[in-house]
Amino acid sequence: MLVECKNVNKNYGKVKALKNINLEIPEGKIIGLLGPNGSGKTTLIKLINGLLTGEGEIFIKGKSVGPESKKIVAYLPERTYLDMNMTVNEVINYFQDFYDNFDANEAYKLLEKLGINTKDKLTTMSKGTKEKVQLILVMSRKADLYILDEPIGGVDPATRDYILETILTNFQVGASIIISTHLISDVEKILDEIIFIKNGEIYLTGSADELRREKGKSIDEIFREEFKC
Amino acid sequence: MNWHFENDRPIYVQLVETLKLFIVTKKFKPGQRLLSVRDLAFEAKVNPNTMQRALAELESMGLIYTERTNGKFVTKDTKLLNHYKKEMALEKVNTYFTAMGKLGFTKTEALKYLKGDEK
Repeated sequence: MLVECKNVNKNYGKVKALKNINLEIPEGKIIGLLGPNGSGKTTLIKLINGLLTGEGEIFIKGKSVGPESKKIVAYLPERTYLDMNMTVNEVINYFQDFYDNFDANEAYKLLEKLGINTKDKLTTMSKGTKEKVQLILVMSRKADLYILDEPIGGVDPATRDYILETILTNFQVGASIIISTHLISDVEKILDEIIFIKNGEIYLTGSADELRREKGKSIDEIFREEFKC
Repeated sequence: MNWHFENDRPIYVQLVETLKLFIVTKKFKPGQRLLSVRDLAFEAKVNPNTMQRALAELESMGLIYTERTNGKFVTKDTKLLNHYKKEMALEKVNTYFTAMGKLGFTKTEALKYLKGDEK
């Protein structure tokens, strides 16, 4: 098992953000972590990445979360952590220093395809272009697990398509990808498995195609019904 | 190639249908070597796991076969191709009569419409 969560709880003061999460994520799958705003998606992701600590146990390839697990997990956060005054070249050097498994050639190849000038500063780029650059950086790491937190939020449909294509083409044999999003209809075609999370609890998990067959509906429709406000 | 998927049915089922159509209409020629699972998946913009599953199903139907080190190929069995083509045609015919039935037409009336001599 690539990721195992056992009885994971996380409280922010009196607020229970995650309640007794038990979860197994296998190798070689694209998994949708789906839930409304505030359901606990980002909290769970941050725990898996070791950016937060909580109760319970999380194992990645059998190891507890820590420096070793961070080496094999590539994470695209919802909000950027990059210094916007850096040029793309500088960011690439930075990634090379940070990560052994970062493939700079791959990154340059993808950037060139998009016609991005690597001498440009991030701050001069549109929101969509910044998103693309960050995704390229993350997907250019040869990781076992990619965690993408809202990778398609706030970008135009063409950029969405590009992002999804980039995810698919860089989906390595044996690696898994967790995509957290509430824009389900855009991503559901590429998902193997889905995890519905609601009020900090796992609400439903399963194979995307099986759920479609069972309910005769799209994952998006199932979501809208289950989470009706 | 025309790949199009609806979100309300299993993607792999739709992939099987699409690939079957490509094969029986010889868009994929008999005996032709298929692209790799990854390349086909990329072309269809689907998950390689889903493509793998669809190809396994086509293989169990006999429409494609695997040569150990060479990859996957389209069958050369013309009889089998015709069999599936006929099956798919009959499905379409059924769909037509069912739809006309819903409009209140008998089979005979529906046939007249088909020939263009409805009154």
